[in-house]
Amino acid sequence: MADARKRPDLGETRPIVGSPLKHDSAEKHVAGEALYIDDIAEPAGLAHAYIGLSNIAHGRLMSLDLAAVEAAPGVLSVLTAADIPGANDISSTHKHDEPVFATSAILHHGQPLFAVVAETREQARHAAMLAKATYDEAPPLLDVAAARTAGGELVTDPLKLERGDVAEALAASLRRLKGSMAIGGQDHFYLESQIALAIPGEDGDMLVQSSTQHPSEVQHMVAQVLGGGAHAVTIEVRRMGGGFGGKETQANLFACVAALAARKLKRPVKLRPDRDDDMVITGKRHDFVVDYEIGFDDDGRIHAVDAVYAARCGWNADLSGPVTDRALFHMDNCYFYPAVRARSEPLRTHTVSNTAFRGFGGPQGMVGAERFIEEVAYATGLDPLEVRKRNLYGGEGRETTPYHQPVEDMIAGEVIDELERCCDYRSRQQAIRAFNRESPIIKRGIALTPVKFGISFTATWYNQAGALVHVYTDGTVSLNHGGTEMGQGLYQKVAQVVAQAFGIGLGEIKITATTTGKVPNTSATAASSGSDLNGMAALDACETIKKRLTDFAAQHWQEAPEAIAFLPGRVRVGAREIGFVELIQMAYMARVQLSATGFYATPKIHWDRKAGRGHPFYYFAYGAAAAEVAIDTLTGEYKVERVDILHDCGNSLNPAIDKGQIEGGFIQGMGWLTTEELVWDEKGRLKTHAPSTYKIPVASDRPRIFNVALLENAPNREHTIHRSKAVGEPPLMLAISVLHALSDAVASVGNHRFCPQLDAPATPERVLDAVDRVRALAEAAR
Amino acid sequence: MHQPAMRETVRFLLGDELVEIAACDPTRTVLDWLRLDRRRTGSKEGCAEGDCGACTIVVGRLDGDRMRYEAINACIRFLPTLDGCHVLTVEHLRNADGTLHPVQQAMVDCHGSQCGFCTPGFVMSLLALWLNERTLSVQRIEDALAGNLCRCTGYEPIIAAAQRMDAAEREADRFVATMPAIIARLKALADGETISIGDGERHFYAPATVEALAELVAAHPQATLVAGATDVGLWVTKGMRRLDPVVYLGRIGALRTISDEGDHLRLGAMANQIAVRDALAGISPQLDEMMRRFGGEQVRNAGTIGGNIANGSPIGDLPPALIALGATLALARLRHREERSDDAIQGNVERAPLDRFASLAMTAGNVGIERRTIALEAFFLDYRKQDRQQGEFVEAVLVPKLPAGTLFHISKISKRFDEDISAVCGAFYLELDLADRISEARLAYGGMAGIPKRAQAAEAALIGRNWNEAAVAASIAALAQDFTPLSDMRASAAYRLKVAANLLRRFLIETTAPETATRVAGLLAEAAHG
Repeated sequence: MADARKRPDLGETRPIVGSPLKHDSAEKHVAGEALYIDDIAEPAGLAHAYIGLSNIAHGRLMSLDLAAVEAAPGVLSVLTAADIPGANDISSTHKHDEPVFATSAILHHGQPLFAVVAETREQARHAAMLAKATYDEAPPLLDVAAARTAGGELVTDPLKLERGDVAEALAASLRRLKGSMAIGGQDHFYLESQIALAIPGEDGDMLVQSSTQHPSEVQHMVAQVLGGGAHAVTIEVRRMGGGFGGKETQANLFACVAALAARKLKRPVKLRPDRDDDMVITGKRHDFVVDYEIGFDDDGRIHAVDAVYAARCGWNADLSGPVTDRALFHMDNCYFYPAVRARSEPLRTHTVSNTAFRGFGGPQGMVGAERFIEEVAYATGLDPLEVRKRNLYGGEGRETTPYHQPVEDMIAGEVIDELERCCDYRSRQQAIRAFNRESPIIKRGIALTPVKFGISFTATWYNQAGALVHVYTDGTVSLNHGGTEMGQGLYQKVAQVVAQAFGIGLGEIKITATTTGKVPNTSATAASSGSDLNGMAALDACETIKKRLTDFAAQHWQEAPEAIAFLPGRVRVGAREIGFVELIQMAYMARVQLSATGFYATPKIHWDRKAGRGHPFYYFAYGAAAAEVAIDTLTGEYKVERVDILHDCGNSLNPAIDKGQIEGGFIQGMGWLTTEELVWDEKGRLKTHAPSTYKIPVASDRPRIFNVALLENAPNREHTIHRSKAVGEPPLMLAISVLHALSDAVASVGNHRFCPQLDAPATPERVLDAVDRVRALAEAAR
Repeated sequence: MHQPAMRETVRFLLGDELVEIAACDPTRTVLDWLRLDRRRTGSKEGCAEGDCGACTIVVGRLDGDRMRYEAINACIRFLPTLDGCHVLTVEHLRNADGTLHPVQQAMVDCHGSQCGFCTPGFVMSLLALWLNERTLSVQRIEDALAGNLCRCTGYEPIIAAAQRMDAAEREADRFVATMPAIIARLKALADGETISIGDGERHFYAPATVEALAELVAAHPQATLVAGATDVGLWVTKGMRRLDPVVYLGRIGALRTISDEGDHLRLGAMANQIAVRDALAGISPQLDEMMRRFGGEQVRNAGTIGGNIANGSPIGDLPPALIALGATLALARLRHREERSDDAIQGNVERAPLDRFASLAMTAGNVGIERRTIALEAFFLDYRKQDRQQGEFVEAVLVPKLPAGTLFHISKISKRFDEDISAVCGAFYLELDLADRISEARLAYGGMAGIPKRAQAAEAALIGRNWNEAAVAASIAALAQDFTPLSDMRASAAYRLKVAANLLRRFLIETTAPETATRVAGLLAEAAHG
């Protein structure tokens, strides 16, 4: 069908890398033709599984009567832990603390107890409600305070970062203050809920279509529960309907249950939880309590920070170790602390097991850092932006992070200055103060906050990737790599890299679904690393093939290899030009291998967790945002009116996709810090388990004035793929500007003399409480 | 009474295709039918409760001689309720030559999709806008998309796509061009028969007249009456309830009628929230604003005023407003000939005077139908319990217009501004006498008790006072006697009490110092306009 392929203009002046091309699936998205797992043509004999859940948060399972479940219409089978041929264990960090099905200990409300398989999904859902479980109920520990009171059991070893003598530096500081901040969690609310479709094959083979960011882990988990080798399990995912970290480990359960059912029944089995069950079962962003003490001087310079980061981790470890580590790695944001001590407290609670979520603890660490700045600003009477600037990394002896990695690519100062100028920050601040003097009820606020985000998995071995590239004899290319597509445009970016490498059009490249059968031992598509790792791996494969083609051409036409160059659609060989397809066909006839794997391992990085020292990040991504808000001091309602963003993508691989990541990440972060509130009742039941009760931003929540610019002429100083920078997570933290703009508006009711200490999420209720608190402080000070 | 003929099939147009269904689970959702039975997988299930919009389809229905196309949530719409409709899904949009529809193209050009899962729903919401409206303000676009959640893009490129849809191309649009043919086909399908369809186990009825409805409800007192199904849909998709039988009210044109009766509006129970908004906007711009924020566009299209009231939710947005306005409900049921009519009605029920009955009479006359009116506030007895007697249904809501010299206010306070349920809703009505003293006060709140409820102590504290800060202070002091609200996921009791009081302060400021900005919504737009 070569004639049906699109042959885009291969204009030589406009390289494909760096072009604002549309998402590879854009046309399919808008036509409803992009296939998600629930859309794939269903195999014959498909059955449907559904998971039955505990309805207490803590205790022991005394009995589980499934007779009514088994007898329900359409039911084919019921699965409990006894039906697992392998291990009843899907602990992603190998702590053996996450069974597929509970056998005795119940550790959170909504913990899977069994699964039922029926002819239809509706029958399976109905049947799952018919189980009769009895429990010996124990009081649940639901939050950080309760877990601490009960002794503070940790799910994993805590981390301590320390540099300098904090006690001494605090004692020597002119001024000191202590405080505490609560930072809420966040549900991922990917629009496509968790789903898996397992298809049994011969010899114990199992193919699972899984909506996962981490096919290799799902592969290992499925093999582990089935009791076989990873080589018998293939995991495939063409695209997810959103992931955001929520499908890094949380897809394991659904894939494993589907595979167990498929194995038992010898039929294909699909498992898709209802939205409410998805939200009840799966982990979320960790909520934190940060307790801090800061030493500083009258000029707003921070001398010492001592802080403890306690996180509600939920019932098992999952990724809570690395998440709380990353909170500590970002407890500095862009600021140098001359002496610092930071400790994590990853607490076990009887709630869902919190997990990866865009930023992976970094946002919570940075929210704490900005609170420190704000505390110092109000204590000294200085403008918060001035305090930010005075504490930035940079200058003699001011470049070492709390984890002893120097910040070598610091550009936050330039980014802040440029944004401050472009968005007219100072004069708007004046105008807002003037408005507030005249407006007794509605108050406006403005804030500018920077972002510095470390790029690399802190689990150093994760920083590797593979790719597989085939060139067919008609010159078309099949592209595969270990990264997964969840909307972030990774497939498109990597395809652009490959197209440019060969000098062919994107229409010549078939982007293929991620599968463990083609590229093995992959890392999760996470930590913003997708295009850095997979772009490089794919380029490596292309370079291997190009080297073979170059050698062939050099030999065939008796030219030096240096005389051979790949141009758009053709190859220059000395004075000749050969069409790309022609060269491929000649190479094939000459028995040149036209397929290659590619591999990449991020250089430079290392990390010694015990010592709290190392170079965990290859580089940092920067940005800054200025937000302006209006609040209603009678109700706490607010509106984000204007946001200006300047963000560092290095040399962007695709500015349209990167802009989409910045805007979308910002709004997601804004939701986290404003209206997205997770509420559990005293029994440990999640009360915000559906969009009717859990409120992510809608269209009208985005700022009406929303100026987003990519930092220009700022190539990555490190040798990343085309000198670009990772963009998945960093923009989320630009939204911290909204929290601080709200805080600024609140502070106006106390004439900016009292720190509002606005916790997150800053719901209208929290804003109103802060208004009343600041008013009371101002009254008392009279 | 004449029993209309029964039709035992459901008929509608799916694009150009005439679909006839002879057997059907009465609560089969349109989304499941599309995805599972017809393998049209473009429409997605994101939440199965009508909140995310990933399942949005466009349903056209005859409105006199024209078509009215509405975006609705397929996940909570029951399949047999599509009878007589023209159904469009995302798969219908590509042009015959394979090119994208202008609405789709605008989304592609503006980078309006990332993961793409919500995208078909957005496309269909935009299609409804495209088919219905020529000029689109940003506000209007935001309203039309309030029922569509996107977790990836942050909405900016989708708003840009909506603005890019070229109105000039609309005239040449094939959906517009084929509309007359669709109208003719739907008219040919329209009949006055009662639909009766089932799956052998459970049953679905859709009468076409009030009389047929009254007979069905009398014959099946356990029936679930379904209007827009924006709540009943969740009983099925979330509660897994097996409703039997279902009586759908959507075919009864007479129940959709809205009429101006001079001093009051008469809103048919099946008037949807879009039509209700248009009608109530004439009474107060604050009602207009409140209704603008009612659910998402899909819910406003499907949801009805009668459903919102008869459902009895403690946090429904309309009841507080309507109670403050002094609205009454018109209830109807089949007359039990063996009963003396005055035995049928007891308690705090106000018999409608005969002359009022005359104005309520349906075209078919009120022979065989027994009607009463009741003050709306008396209808709500307790949490989810209403004064609806056996066989009775809400026929209309009568909303008095504001007399001159009265003060009216409504505020909806929610965690998220759009498409959220009130934490507190306050609706206030004051009458002042010639000496500017408060002679009548109705302070109605939602979210403060198990039912929408008036603050009687706070009202009493106002009577006889001038409308000023002292009056508000006295009223607020009394408010604590009126309510002991709950703490839940929407707000704490303390916040609810604080806001309930502050809304009275807002009311005073807005009525006595209107130059003071008191609301954050629209502030920037106003400032921009200078």
